[in-house]
Amino acid sequence: MKRLGWTLAVFVALVALLALGLRLNPSEVPSPLIGKPAPAFELPLLMAPDKRFSEREMLGQVWILNVWASWCPPCLVEHPVVTRIAQSGIAPVVGLNYKDVREEALPWLARNGNPYRLIAYDADGRIGIDYGVYGVPETYVIDRQGVIRYKHIGPLTADVVQQKVEPLLKRLAAQ
Amino acid sequence: MMRTLLLLLLALPCWAAQDLEHRAAALERELRCLVCQNQTLAESNAPLAMDLRNQIRSQLAAGKSEREVVDYLVARYGDFVRYRPPLKASTLLLWAGPFVFLIGGFYLLARILRRRRVPPPQLSGAERSRAAKLLE
Repeated sequence: MKRLGWTLAVFVALVALLALGLRLNPSEVPSPLIGKPAPAFELPLLMAPDKRFSEREMLGQVWILNVWASWCPPCLVEHPVVTRIAQSGIAPVVGLNYKDVREEALPWLARNGNPYRLIAYDADGRIGIDYGVYGVPETYVIDRQGVIRYKHIGPLTADVVQQKVEPLLKRLAAQ
Repeated sequence: MMRTLLLLLLALPCWAAQDLEHRAAALERELRCLVCQNQTLAESNAPLAMDLRNQIRSQLAAGKSEREVVDYLVARYGDFVRYRPPLKASTLLLWAGPFVFLIGGFYLLARILRRRRVPPPQLSGAERSRAAKLLE
């Protein structure tokens, strides 16, 4: 009887371990950048190549950095969600146009609308590497002190915005 | 003599480049491509893997050590980029698990073997005399 109990306990523990493994999403790699200052950069603007933008300009406000590209289909999928956040005025959304070409990015915006306050143009993806980008779209929430508080990999959904992004933005704005 | 020296001098950058290539290739086999997660940076054709390979090469060429290059990638992508994760509290199970299972297995094996060793049957007086009769 005791032996049966032991076997059962080991079996249940194994099932629990495997069940836990099944629930994890291996494509979501926890970012080591959460809680760290947003990597510094200075990039030309997509719309105005002679003007430059640095993340320092956003110090003092809570903002969203959305990494996108015209060649990325999931970016198109999340575009209405990003647009809704930007229109709600809850936080400014800055775009990071990742490994794209201007001649394709600009018509993409003309077709689908431009919700971004401004867009930094990361043509060779160097800044993307600094931000640990590996699958566009990716979205970062950065606080007043310039610290990354949240990162979402893949297209933003209404659920993610409602359950994670909005509460976090409200909390950060209240601080 | 002069010509040999000149040839050697010409070959020097070549060796340096080869050495760099070897070091970069060795490093790329140790690092994971984040786009296709079961491939190393060396194997992957993903654009990000290409960018990261270029980064590794230019950083090694700039005189950085392997350790510094790995730290650079870990700071951006986390320990996940390393195929050989460091020993930490969160990876203890990963590193110790196989040994725990091995030792546990040996323990179970020893227990089963010990149980299987059946003690020689004890015969009663009547059985003994019957056996003796049969053997005669």
